[in-house]
Amino acid sequence: MTSWTPPVGTSYDPAGTGIAGPLRLLAGPEGPDPEWLTHHLGRLGPTPPPGRFLIDEVRAAGLRGRGGAGFPAGQKMAAVRAKSHTGRPAVVVGNGVESEPASDKDRLLLCRRPHLVLDGLQLAGRLVYADRLILALARDGQALRILREALIERRARLADDIAVELVTTPGGFVAGEETALTSWVSGAAPKPRPVPPRPFERGVGGRPTLVQNVETLAHLALIARFGADWFCSRGLEEDPGTCLITLSGAVARPGVYEVAVGTPMQSLLRGAGWDQSSLGLLVGGFFGTWIGADAAAGMRFCRSDLEQLGAAPGSGVIVVLASSLCGVREGARVLRWLAAESAGQCGPCVRGLPAIAGALERIADPLSASEAVVTQLLGWCDDVQGRGACHHPDGAVRLARSVVRTFASEVDAHRSGRCTLASARTAVTPQ
Amino acid sequence: MKAEYLRIDPTSCAGHGLCAELLPEMIQMDDWGYPIIEGRPIPPNLHQHAQRAVSFCPTLALALQQNPATGRPSPTPPRRRQSES
Repeated sequence: MTSWTPPVGTSYDPAGTGIAGPLRLLAGPEGPDPEWLTHHLGRLGPTPPPGRFLIDEVRAAGLRGRGGAGFPAGQKMAAVRAKSHTGRPAVVVGNGVESEPASDKDRLLLCRRPHLVLDGLQLAGRLVYADRLILALARDGQALRILREALIERRARLADDIAVELVTTPGGFVAGEETALTSWVSGAAPKPRPVPPRPFERGVGGRPTLVQNVETLAHLALIARFGADWFCSRGLEEDPGTCLITLSGAVARPGVYEVAVGTPMQSLLRGAGWDQSSLGLLVGGFFGTWIGADAAAGMRFCRSDLEQLGAAPGSGVIVVLASSLCGVREGARVLRWLAAESAGQCGPCVRGLPAIAGALERIADPLSASEAVVTQLLGWCDDVQGRGACHHPDGAVRLARSVVRTFASEVDAHRSGRCTLASARTAVTPQ
Repeated sequence: MKAEYLRIDPTSCAGHGLCAELLPEMIQMDDWGYPIIEGRPIPPNLHQHAQRAVSFCPTLALALQQNPATGRPSPTPPRRRQSES
């Protein structure tokens, strides 16, 4: 089976399409070059010292983690701080691994605003009484080179900084998962482990560890400067601020956009120039959910709206399915990819995901699709749910279910031996 | 006595299947031979059997714990299976 080719485009237009509104994270100089320290300090000034009330400010801001799970950042920081206060000093890990193949926002942020992320990392470190700061990156090259230079700049000019260790992780979808990351930094294999204990209790080297996505850290750097009220002036009441999203697939202008949380999907999709006859969107990335294009177009891009469709914003990924492609077949491809990305630790994931991918492939083929295969697929999904050390199998199962649900009419057509798409129909024409 | 629950470490479990033999009331096998464990507290009459299942696990993957499993939804109750065709 060939591996999935990341569908992410290479042109970025954070401000150009008019869907973004005033930028925050990506404010400042346009263009692909990093904003170096002189310019960064000139534009935003130095990071204010993190007073006792910064954590209250973060809580009041309602900042949620931008790595996918959306856990309230203030709550996590408070938990790590409480552990660190009474025990061994904490460790902070900035997570810039971004192993989600359809996401490109962390790399873009790191490459363009390295100092905003590093400001946030320093603040988080002070906040939780950490004496070790780690920034984890994929072995991508570009971000690593920029961050290395940015750290050299800071060492010369910002005396108060805690030293930052740069760490690169091996590839693999689960390597960015937080327990996999803390294991890797501690010197073990980059594989998820069962929780509890969660990293805030026992993380790197057994110490309380705050793992936070790099975009979350960048927001923290801005909240420290401008406060919670400013942060909440955009976005939704229950989920404030802006977020970075990666739009790709059948869109004329793929790329990373900074938008307010809760921006109507319709304007996001229109702004990116989407294929309007598309039947479905993959929301939340490979760890996400397929949703019908019609239903999605009426929603806002936020947790509460997407929840109604069984989806979540995740790390802000939207992939538009081209109208020329069969959703079931694409879904099966993604699932086969996920099956191959299992860390290989837990039986239900190792054996279950290939079985589920196989069933979905049979449904994708009008010659082998049947009611029985669909029933078996859904039964296996129930079986695998919740039985891994990490949520990798849960994510795969959610995706498989969403394929059957979202492309139900397509599945029905396949079961009666037809495919509604011309391209797929020719594929099953007798030779 | 406080209620106890079964917990499995899926990274250690190698699917030997002894637990499902010793405690079929609460543990069933999936199609690949790995145990599906019920999330309910262990009823008193099964407690001894549960302890036996725990102590016989060749990879020490099965354990008793005081709290229900946290952090993820308890798996749906296992479906009763017809014998494999």
